[in-house]
Amino acid sequence: MAILITPETKILIQGITGEFGARHTKLSLDYGTKVVAGVTPGKGGQFFEHAGHKVPIFNSVADAAKATGATVSAVFVPPPFAADAILEGVDAGLDLVVAITEGIPIRDMVRVKRAMQGKATRLIGPNCPGLVSPGAGEDSKGGCRIGIAPGYIHKQGHVGVVSRSGTLTYEAVFQLTSKNIGQTTCVGIGGDPVNGTSHLDVIKLFNADPETHGIILIGEIGGNAEVEAARWIKANCQKPVAGFIAGATAPAGRRMGHAGAIVGGAEDTAAAKIAVFKECGIEVAATPSDMADALLRSAQAKGVVLK
Amino acid sequence: MNIHEYQAKALFEKYGVPVPKGAAAKTPEEFVTALALLPEGATMVKSQIHAGGRGKGTFTNGFKGGVKFCKTKSDALAMAGNMLGHTLVTIQTGPAGRKVQTVYFTVASDIKKEYYLAILLDRATSKPVIVASTEGGVEIEKVAHETPEKIHKIFVDPAYGLADFQVRELITQLGLTGNEAKNAGKLIRNLYTCYWETDAAMVEVNPLITTPTGEVLALDAKVSFDDNALFRHPEIVALRDLNEEDSKEIEASKYSLSYIALDGNIACLVNGAGLAMSTMDIIKHFGGTPANFLDVGGGASKDQVIAAFKIILGDPNVKGILVNIFGGIMDCNVIAQGIVEAVKEVGLKLPLVVRLEGNNVAAGKATLNASGLKLVSGDTMADAAQKIVKLVA
Repeated sequence: MAILITPETKILIQGITGEFGARHTKLSLDYGTKVVAGVTPGKGGQFFEHAGHKVPIFNSVADAAKATGATVSAVFVPPPFAADAILEGVDAGLDLVVAITEGIPIRDMVRVKRAMQGKATRLIGPNCPGLVSPGAGEDSKGGCRIGIAPGYIHKQGHVGVVSRSGTLTYEAVFQLTSKNIGQTTCVGIGGDPVNGTSHLDVIKLFNADPETHGIILIGEIGGNAEVEAARWIKANCQKPVAGFIAGATAPAGRRMGHAGAIVGGAEDTAAAKIAVFKECGIEVAATPSDMADALLRSAQAKGVVLK
Repeated sequence: MNIHEYQAKALFEKYGVPVPKGAAAKTPEEFVTALALLPEGATMVKSQIHAGGRGKGTFTNGFKGGVKFCKTKSDALAMAGNMLGHTLVTIQTGPAGRKVQTVYFTVASDIKKEYYLAILLDRATSKPVIVASTEGGVEIEKVAHETPEKIHKIFVDPAYGLADFQVRELITQLGLTGNEAKNAGKLIRNLYTCYWETDAAMVEVNPLITTPTGEVLALDAKVSFDDNALFRHPEIVALRDLNEEDSKEIEASKYSLSYIALDGNIACLVNGAGLAMSTMDIIKHFGGTPANFLDVGGGASKDQVIAAFKIILGDPNVKGILVNIFGGIMDCNVIAQGIVEAVKEVGLKLPLVVRLEGNNVAAGKATLNASGLKLVSGDTMADAAQKIVKLVA
């Protein structure tokens, strides 16, 4: 099994007719993901066609969800309109909204986050690669792929991966799959300072998932989300956990690509976070090439066999 | 995006945040016209650069102090000549310093007491936070570390906005009463409106002062904006000063490349911010020093790769290049072809290590091998990093 999404989850795509949304909708359909609807205001009634698939397009998320039973949406809407698109998904009562869009103003996300308080919908992202629960087929086909991650690097199995960064997540997944270690779900929570789901939220889900036997936690400089997750792991999680923090060489006060990746004080440097990881029993990967091996070391120490 | 103090103060005035009367000048001729706008008497002369620590800075010609008090306007006129066109080095500029291209004259205010006031995003709560302290005019990090009880914070509910009771609470904590309390309350509310409406990332007033007559003024102003929101603020984009930015970083942004210059000698070209940061880290781990952060984004098109190589080679310290691309969706062979063309176009002479992984990687590696270029292939990030460190050693 997996967390948040399974191969049976029905997905709708907000911004399905845009270039970015269309490209990744096709890849998700090829992967075997159940993309059941698209939303583009003004294009309701049309269809998104690809390789024998005919995905109906609706004017609103509420219409799409009602007609198709979709419970999860992926947002590919351009930044000026993305916050509104997220709120539309929340208003339609979806279980999960995954915001892929990069470059949403922080003030918009502050308001979205406040508006989501007390609502049932979970947000992942924005500025994230999305998530993948690999399937049992060749190159992990038949799984659920929401967002922009390459599907074929995955393999169905028992390791959970959570990270802010896209390519760094792929790096970890690729290492695992190369060692024949599969994944339950790989979650990219995004690189923005205000986001929907934190490292800790995902860690709690992995901890509660009986199919997840080990976890890779990938973080960055900036903020205290990784520290918060690590302290919770120390108190609550018995599973093997490996960690990596990017940005040890980043100078203070310079934003490293991600809006959230900026060192503001002594607490959010890579060195400070790595020290907390070690103190919390997380096996730290010395380099990004060492992430899968670090998890294997942690598993061995805890007598867990990862497959 | 950052702006100068004089620009920030003009913005403050627009929002009803009182500042000392001032005027900016970019030439010696403008010194005269600017000073004519100010009353006779004590005048401050302030170098305008995008860096803190100006008062304690030193110019490369030996002149000390980027912010000066002058008893008269004619002293101020002479003083400005020591600053304009000269390079100021402060704790925040790095040894290269920044050339002062604008001087700002302000009326020197009578100070009764100095305070600290800032508004920024609190990441833990995803809410704006107003930070204030009775310890103004000093490094706030030091105050927070040594006397955390002197730092007061209020968190603003974005659904409701800044509430009057919160402002009263903050003013009480600062020990202000009477006219000072009334003026400070108005200033805090207006500053919050300025922060919120302009999509500021941070507004910082250090010091905020009270005067013997009960006025409350922003004596300094530091404002930065959320880059993601600039599309809806053309009036703020117009304040951008390209002289304050690294020319290579400006060039990079034209190609949607995220580039930050560092002081090492191994350049890197990577797709994805997290991977780019960790590529710098792994170079350091194996004993090298990264020359830059460079994220080509998810695509890594040929044009981007060519532009990236040109930018990297514009840094004379660079002795070798590490390319690290995880081609998730993109075909590695297309990326390899882009690298080959880029290397040929720029006539690269330096050692180059390429680590390609992902989609159609075998064809990509074959393209690199068949190119006849003198490049080294790395299998993993660790392998590639060790190879480039060895080659530049």
